[in-house]
Amino acid sequence: MDLTLLGWGDAGWADELTRGAIMTIVVATCAFALGILIGSVFAAAKLSRFWSLKLLGDVYTTVVRGVPELLIIFLVFFGGGALLRSIANSLFGFEGYIEPPVFAIGVLCIGVSAGAYSTEVIRAAVLAIPKGQIEAAKAVGMAPALRLRRILIPQAARYALPGMGNVWQYTLKDTSLISVVGLVEIMRAAAVGAGSTKEPFTFYLAAFVLFLVLTSLSNRGFIRAEQWANRGVRSQ
Amino acid sequence: MDFDLMREAFPKIIAAVPTTLALAAISLCLGFALAVPLALMRVSKNRSISAIAYGYVYIIRSTPLLVQMFLIYYGSGQFRAFFEAAGLWTFFRDAWFCAILALTLSTAAYSTEIIRGAIQAVPLGQIEAARAVGMSGFLQFRRIVFPIAMRLALPAYGNEIILMVKSTSLASTITILEVTGVAKQIISNTYRPVEIFVIAGAIYLSINFIVSRSVTLIELWLNPHRRAERGVRTVSAAAGH
Repeated sequence: MDLTLLGWGDAGWADELTRGAIMTIVVATCAFALGILIGSVFAAAKLSRFWSLKLLGDVYTTVVRGVPELLIIFLVFFGGGALLRSIANSLFGFEGYIEPPVFAIGVLCIGVSAGAYSTEVIRAAVLAIPKGQIEAAKAVGMAPALRLRRILIPQAARYALPGMGNVWQYTLKDTSLISVVGLVEIMRAAAVGAGSTKEPFTFYLAAFVLFLVLTSLSNRGFIRAEQWANRGVRSQ
Repeated sequence: MDFDLMREAFPKIIAAVPTTLALAAISLCLGFALAVPLALMRVSKNRSISAIAYGYVYIIRSTPLLVQMFLIYYGSGQFRAFFEAAGLWTFFRDAWFCAILALTLSTAAYSTEIIRGAIQAVPLGQIEAARAVGMSGFLQFRRIVFPIAMRLALPAYGNEIILMVKSTSLASTITILEVTGVAKQIISNTYRPVEIFVIAGAIYLSINFIVSRSVTLIELWLNPHRRAERGVRTVSAAAGH
């Protein structure tokens, strides 16, 4: 095992791996944000009074959580590429090959997956808010939007925090799957290094350690965030 | 939607279902066999034993399964001379062996935490009663703690089974042609991702539906005292609407 391969500069691969790590963080952050957005919308749908919206929410979470992420990535990668080509062809008469935008595909796929898990976390968090809180807000005459902003969202966010920490962990780890369609994140950077140096173990071990560091750091971040969010809560 | 293509692709994808099921079943069984001793280590009063088990669980749960699988399958090539000398190369060059090893190590870590939680949730009174009638430590575990813990672990373990069925799809990245692998092959030959996705997705959803229904049934069968309660709950829930 030649550890100088993992050094900085021209001979080492540390620069490439660091760029890969930054890409992993960026994709995971964008996908997580998209997941929260999708999760809030579908949690609202599942909690609504209309059976059609409830059904829509159920179908989304069941399908996305029941089908492998890899399969979803293949669908969007190949499907998205074909869709882009046909749009380019019919609108601009473009005939050539269009490289599918792997970054957008990655964020979309991982975000949709994170959204399904977030839906359940957010729904449970909203249900955990005591009814009295909403009633009190109504009693002082708050409009629905104000109620949402001042009462519902701040409290639901606190209840959702531990669950969202788990979703973040899944999201971070799932980004490695995007490497199969060619986005240069940690896994892809390691695979490229492994291919050109014939030292696969060294590079995949480096990827392994990088993920371990990223998850450990973010784990600690979420624990701190929970302590901060619960600072005003009476302990039982 | 191209129904002719779907009719043609369906038998090919269905033919890969046994591979997916075998990967999931073998690694779940082996993983469970590893997880029980690991969970016992986790609840051990000896802090270093508990720390070793937790270290394993922490490392596996903090890294993507894809990295673990590549580390085992491609990474072992770097030590080919060593594995050949040890007579292990026939295993490590086999994608099947590597996929099952990676899946087993992964599910063992997740199941360890599920079983640990269940063991710690066994009511203390049960253990005290077992002690009071003079059961030895092992008999206590075999007759009282383990059966109750399994019953408590079942819902969470059901989720783990579904996650494992989904995880087998990663074996396609190390050349194994299970459902996702075959689906990807057909997609890249025909460029009809939607049709193939519908078939493969429906297969996964049906497997997972059967798993989750079976787990619910086993749960009811193992908890006869809760059957009545469940009936009451569904009635009151219906009345609430």
